[in-house]
Amino acid sequence: MLQTPLWKRILIWATVALGLVLAAPNLFYSRVEGHNDAAQAVEAAGFATVEQQAALDAWPSWLPSGIVNLGLDLRGGAHLLAEVQVADVYKARMDAWWPEVRDALRGVRAEVGAVRRQPATDPAELRVEIETEAGMAAAVAAVRALASPIVSLTGIGENDITVSAEGKTLIVALSESERAAVDQRTIQQSLEIIRTRVDTAGTREPTIQRQGADRILIQVPGIGSASELKALIGTTAKLTFNPVVRRGTAEDPAPGAGNVSLPSMDEEGVWYTVEELPVVTGEDLTNAKGDFDQNGRPAVGFQFDARGARAFGDYTAQNIGAPFAIVLDGEVISAPVIQSHIPGGSGIITGNFTVEEANRLAVLLSAGALPASMTFLEERTIGPELGQDSIDAGKVAAVIGMVAVSLFMIASYGLFGVFAVLSLAFNMARIFGILSIIGATLTLPGIAGIVLIIGMAVDANVLVFERIREELKNAKSPARAIEIGYERALSAIVDANLTTLITSRVLFTMGAGPVRGFAVTLAIGIVTSVFTALYVTRQMVETWYGLRRPKTVYV
Amino acid sequence: MAWRLRLAPEKTSIDFFRWQGVTFGGSMLLMVLAFVAWGVMGLNFGIDFKGGTTIRTESAQPVDVAAYRAALETLPLGDVAITEVFDPSFGPEQNVAMIRIAAQDATESVTPEQITAVETALRTIDPAMTFPSVESVGPKVSGELVWGSIIAVALTSVAVLAYIWMRFEWQFALGGVLALLHDVFITIGIFALFQIKFDLTIVAGLLTILGYSINDTVVVFDRLRENLQKYKQMPLRDVMNLSVNETLSRTLMTSLTTLIAVGTMMVFGGDVIRGFCFAIFLGVILGTYSSVYVAKNIVLMIGLDRSEKPKNRGTPDEFANIDA
Repeated sequence: MLQTPLWKRILIWATVALGLVLAAPNLFYSRVEGHNDAAQAVEAAGFATVEQQAALDAWPSWLPSGIVNLGLDLRGGAHLLAEVQVADVYKARMDAWWPEVRDALRGVRAEVGAVRRQPATDPAELRVEIETEAGMAAAVAAVRALASPIVSLTGIGENDITVSAEGKTLIVALSESERAAVDQRTIQQSLEIIRTRVDTAGTREPTIQRQGADRILIQVPGIGSASELKALIGTTAKLTFNPVVRRGTAEDPAPGAGNVSLPSMDEEGVWYTVEELPVVTGEDLTNAKGDFDQNGRPAVGFQFDARGARAFGDYTAQNIGAPFAIVLDGEVISAPVIQSHIPGGSGIITGNFTVEEANRLAVLLSAGALPASMTFLEERTIGPELGQDSIDAGKVAAVIGMVAVSLFMIASYGLFGVFAVLSLAFNMARIFGILSIIGATLTLPGIAGIVLIIGMAVDANVLVFERIREELKNAKSPARAIEIGYERALSAIVDANLTTLITSRVLFTMGAGPVRGFAVTLAIGIVTSVFTALYVTRQMVETWYGLRRPKTVYV
Repeated sequence: MAWRLRLAPEKTSIDFFRWQGVTFGGSMLLMVLAFVAWGVMGLNFGIDFKGGTTIRTESAQPVDVAAYRAALETLPLGDVAITEVFDPSFGPEQNVAMIRIAAQDATESVTPEQITAVETALRTIDPAMTFPSVESVGPKVSGELVWGSIIAVALTSVAVLAYIWMRFEWQFALGGVLALLHDVFITIGIFALFQIKFDLTIVAGLLTILGYSINDTVVVFDRLRENLQKYKQMPLRDVMNLSVNETLSRTLMTSLTTLIAVGTMMVFGGDVIRGFCFAIFLGVILGTYSSVYVAKNIVLMIGLDRSEKPKNRGTPDEFANIDA
């Protein structure tokens, strides 16, 4: 009667073995990590260097090589939570609409009279004042004709702009679904560009995720500080080449229509008045790299695409002797005088750069400009030493906790305690095995979760053992008592652990970063510990009972 | 008969309601006191909830808080708090302090210049000083984190309430959740009383307490449900006592193994995680207490309708024998 079918027994022990095998690579963490990094590099490059080959050979490739990822708080690195200012893009969109709206209204000039753009508080609005209020209907109709329907799952039948009137003011605004589409596109572009920039900087396994509507979470292990990361991704890197109107020593109070006054990046107190419409922009660049000018000073070399090269060539041919400004994020890097026609579409930007600055600017320019600026809501830097200290402390605590719980269990339940302790060991292996194959990230609270699981995992065993004790008291035969013990303890085990599982589920949804790591280990630990208590420990008890056939059992 | 470690005598028949006024009443009083401590003293919120910056410093020289303060006073930083950190795992050359700077701006976290300025100022005390961690959170995010945490605790309670209601009776659900809140609020009260730093990991700790405490309560309830079926004539109070007595050994056993594990983590796990482990440690003690002395008292006070056949489980169908 105390017999589980053979196939079931094989299956149970197979899962135990699988857990052990999958967890094994974590014992040789640095070696396996070296192997994995090398394998990745070799696959990307197509050949292996001597060091990479050595790293590859350090761990046999036929063995599982999944290891637990270490979270930022254990490995050290930088964490940033950025909010993308999507409103920037709205403003740019409305600015682009203005000439079109103006032209459309010009067509119905007889009815509306003169039109004038007015400042809007909402960046997603364009406010236009018309002279004759009576012509508002015609004005609205004319502008509405500009709207085009948008194709999306939710926005069927909706246009990209809405047009309304308020007295003499005509209001053109982005429609809800167009806003959503713009947001979506802006975040997507920002994600891509940040990813390119971080990848170019060559750090390992960065995490770049969208969070909520307009936020991006960036985690880069191994980077020195969050400030460094911010310098890399926080710059918009909008590059333009604008014709210079004049140079001054203060901000120009009246730059004139279509002009703006911009400060110089390096020269204190120098301002340039430039034409707002650029000749070429960073979008026309195909390539940029760190370079040196003819005097050996660091510079950024660049290459235009065909369109950019033509525009730049034409402009330089027509404006020999005139200065033009190289503008980055609203500051003039330099304003050289055009010496000759530049037809090739390539050139260098010189400024007061260090080699690092020139290289970084080159990275930023090749990755492209961010569609909108970002503000940083949260930033954390964790040094690698602190992470290592935490790992060491966690290991010590886990070992001591495990030994103490084991001694305690054996003292309380004797041989059955030994079974429970063995199960606990298998359970730990299984947790690490699962964490490794799902590529979960282990954080410091995650380690605490594992230690907590050491304490809680024996609970299911305790429930069963206590129940067996009770049933033995009721003068049942040992085999029967064991069987009933497992049967009757089941409902308590299931209810108790399901409620804990509910909690970890909420923790996972609500928590951020490290807390999530805790929720994951807790949830995995609960599931595996119930499994080991109900199947693995039971197998041991049954096997022992089958071999010994004791007349009395003392739990 | 081999020797066994016993936490409870083999057979106990303790009347857990005998000192109900002291045990249950005391618990309720403690809960009220915890609220008072929370309201009067407030929680020592970390930057997760208040916004601001913390910088961890490490130096070979002993930490001189006054000197640190003097070095930072020249900077326009506003409210600065400096605390020395002690941990048994630190070597003699490891002197650690935490510097907390209140949030400056309305939304943004901190400028790199500010951090550099602080680091430069502190390096005048010890040029070899290192900064193993720098964290800052903008007030905008911290406000959201507060709400997120409150919602998390509320959601968990509701989910647990719903589950117990489904599996047991509504009286059990109410008792279980009250026991949960008892554990969580007293823990919060203790954090307020001793002004221990309260940050996001502590909330995770509180949620863990929710999970553990309900686990413990459910085991008692499960036995109660079983005994209610078995002893239909026994007064509710006696069935409850019997159930708690029967599960007492298990309750103590599991609490102790968990306390051992969390305790070692608290002592040896390093200072970064200590608050979190302390919260869970407290919660396990309170959770054990509340599952014995709080949860079922509520059920007894409300009373159970025992005439009703509990969800038809195990009741023979009256027409079952027709075909037999």
